[in-house]
Amino acid sequence: MARNIEKDALSGVETTGHEWDGLKELNNPLPKWWLYIFYVCIAWSIVYYVLYPAWPLGKTYTKGLLGWSMRQEIADNMAAAKAGQAKYLTAIAAKSVDEIQKDKDLLSFAMAGGRSVFNENCAACHGAGGQGAKGYPTLADDVWLWGGTTADIYKTIQHGIRADDGDTRATVGVGMTAFGKDGILTKEQVDQVSDYILSLNKKPADAAKAAAGAKVFEENCVACHGDKAQGSLAAGIDVGAPPLVQANWIYGGDKATLVETIANGRAGVMPAWAKRLDDTTIKQLAVYVHNLGGGK
Amino acid sequence: MASATLTPGAALGSQRVSEDVRYYEDVIRLFVIAAVFWGVIGFLAGVFIALQLAFPALNLGLEWTSFGRLRPVHTSAVIFAFGGNVLFATSLYSVQRTSRQFLFGGEGLSKFIFWNYNIFIVLAALSYVLGFSQGKEYAEPEWILDLYLTVIWVIYAVVFVGTVMTRRESHIYVANWFFMAFILTVAVLHLGNNVNLPVSLFGMKSYTFVSGVQSAMVQWWYGHNAVGFFLTAGFLGIMYYFVPKRAERPVYSYRLSIVHFWTLIFLYIWAGPHHLHYTALPDWAQTLGMTFSVMLWMPSWGGMINGIMTLSGAWDKLRTDPVLRFMVASVAFYGMSTFEGPLMSVKAVNALSHYTDWTVGHVHSGALGWVAFISFGAIYFLVPVLWKRQQLYSLRLVSLHFWTATIGIVLYITAMWVSGIMQGLMWRAYDNLGFLQYSFVETVAAMHPFYVIRAMGGLLFVAGALIMVYNLWRTAKGDVRIEKPYVSAPHKTAVGAA
Repeated sequence: MARNIEKDALSGVETTGHEWDGLKELNNPLPKWWLYIFYVCIAWSIVYYVLYPAWPLGKTYTKGLLGWSMRQEIADNMAAAKAGQAKYLTAIAAKSVDEIQKDKDLLSFAMAGGRSVFNENCAACHGAGGQGAKGYPTLADDVWLWGGTTADIYKTIQHGIRADDGDTRATVGVGMTAFGKDGILTKEQVDQVSDYILSLNKKPADAAKAAAGAKVFEENCVACHGDKAQGSLAAGIDVGAPPLVQANWIYGGDKATLVETIANGRAGVMPAWAKRLDDTTIKQLAVYVHNLGGGK
Repeated sequence: MASATLTPGAALGSQRVSEDVRYYEDVIRLFVIAAVFWGVIGFLAGVFIALQLAFPALNLGLEWTSFGRLRPVHTSAVIFAFGGNVLFATSLYSVQRTSRQFLFGGEGLSKFIFWNYNIFIVLAALSYVLGFSQGKEYAEPEWILDLYLTVIWVIYAVVFVGTVMTRRESHIYVANWFFMAFILTVAVLHLGNNVNLPVSLFGMKSYTFVSGVQSAMVQWWYGHNAVGFFLTAGFLGIMYYFVPKRAERPVYSYRLSIVHFWTLIFLYIWAGPHHLHYTALPDWAQTLGMTFSVMLWMPSWGGMINGIMTLSGAWDKLRTDPVLRFMVASVAFYGMSTFEGPLMSVKAVNALSHYTDWTVGHVHSGALGWVAFISFGAIYFLVPVLWKRQQLYSLRLVSLHFWTATIGIVLYITAMWVSGIMQGLMWRAYDNLGFLQYSFVETVAAMHPFYVIRAMGGLLFVAGALIMVYNLWRTAKGDVRIEKPYVSAPHKTAVGAA
């Protein structure tokens, strides 16, 4: 085998004596630091194998001297977290939402817990801080459909609205009548009554249509929205109809949206959270929502 | 074994010089063109989906242009279309020269690989956009396309290994060990991860044969080694041929190349479980994934040492040769990513980094810095050779490409470090009562500015690639730009400076 060991003129190191397409290799030794760090990594791994679960042995595995397991660690962490909150959670479980509101410690705990749960579960629809979005009522104002006391809010969260729950608010699938679609009002009447609602809100409206709309309103809308359009809650009717003189419209207070709402009706849905969250969590949520700014 | 002092480059045997060896270069040219084309497509797709993350309206409300379908188009375009064609071009170019042999199977087999591999890429991309996917990262093509790729890959193995086996050199050059490890292991990985049961003979849909955590483990055994053997071993093959070639220096250490080759390929194959830390994967498998990743640190760095130290005695060339600068920067990025990788595989670090943008930044420091840069270096080397030109159209434009792309990468990876670590910290932030501080959507909102910076970094990277396309086009045409040449000035001493 022809080998042609040469010395590289620049470094003085010998080559291996082979050449490929003009490429040669020097015969430098392994860098010491490289080799030692490699050994250290291997040694560290071996120590780790001794201490922690490492090698499979048929249907079992080497458990390691520390007896550590991922599942045990998460169970311990969860238990420690639960223990840290235990005294608050026990108290919250035992008390009504109104009592929680009056207890300074429990209130601040419920506010912190409520905020965390709200942001993960409610904010997607109602917005962070409860500012609302189209189709999802604002929770930070004082307009309530089903009651703004902490107890009311608690019940609404528990059972939802038009939700799959025996105690849910309203009736599943039944909401505001589709006055246009169902042929109760003519196109013209829908147009008129929406102008009337605009005029109630002191927005630009066609005076003649609004005057005609007042009559349509009286005949069709007061049963739910109240004689002064003050909403079912203020009128003492338990149907969840919003006041029609307000700033934070659920679907929008402009002419086009009003026409759409009156013509096609609305039937918003909120899930019954009692199926997903435990009772102490819902209590914290109720307290948090009540304190967003508009609680009664 | 007598040693003699010779000047580098001296002829080692007269019969070698006189022997007339023909090399097949037509197909290499095609692979280079395809690599550059797919590179630009893949980078553009990356910028577009980066912008989608910053501005979701760019999903356009269409299923075909949604992030979920375009993301695999991006990853496949850059890894398999760009990276794949680069690997074909460089491996089939260098194996001929280091074996002094025409490609095994003649012109037909290598042309077959070119056309069918690129048709496969087009079909795969179309299938993603139309909604066909196995749902496995980097292994999205459905079963019928997997079978097609298998045929192409087997022929590639035959051509490459056949050329090595019929070589006219007594030894196999180190680059070819890496290329062969890459070809063989990718074949095993591809077959192993695509054991699927088609729903029907004439439908695209299939289901993976193993299920649950076993399926996840097989997927990440594949996924991690796609990085390890496609993007590392294969590209180390490129490095081992093109760096010493361009630097005109011998490889630093033969011994290191052997030790780091065997340790790298032995350890890499075990490291996959680190993608599944803190999941249903058993503790012992997670331990093995982590420790093998940590032990992999030095074997990976062996390649960096050999790449960088090969320049000893030729460091001055970095000033005058921006092509070599691409290669050396790529090796530096390789060293950085292969330090970051083992670090992130440590469970305590992974608990913070996993599922965050840090992972995305890590992948891109390797993909943009290492894979793309060594590819650019090799392509800039190859084009004048393949088109029989004296030199590149412009070295100044290579330098402009280098700096544009480097600034792009720095913007990209720093944005992802900040974004990822912030994201991880926000996810785990508790208040003193034990409640999570941030909701998921708050962490998404906080990442927005970094998504914008990342997209800007990507834009710079694409801009650099377009500069390269122009430069290569003019080079192929035979043009030479009139510009200030790079001259190697002798070191000025400080003496007498005043």
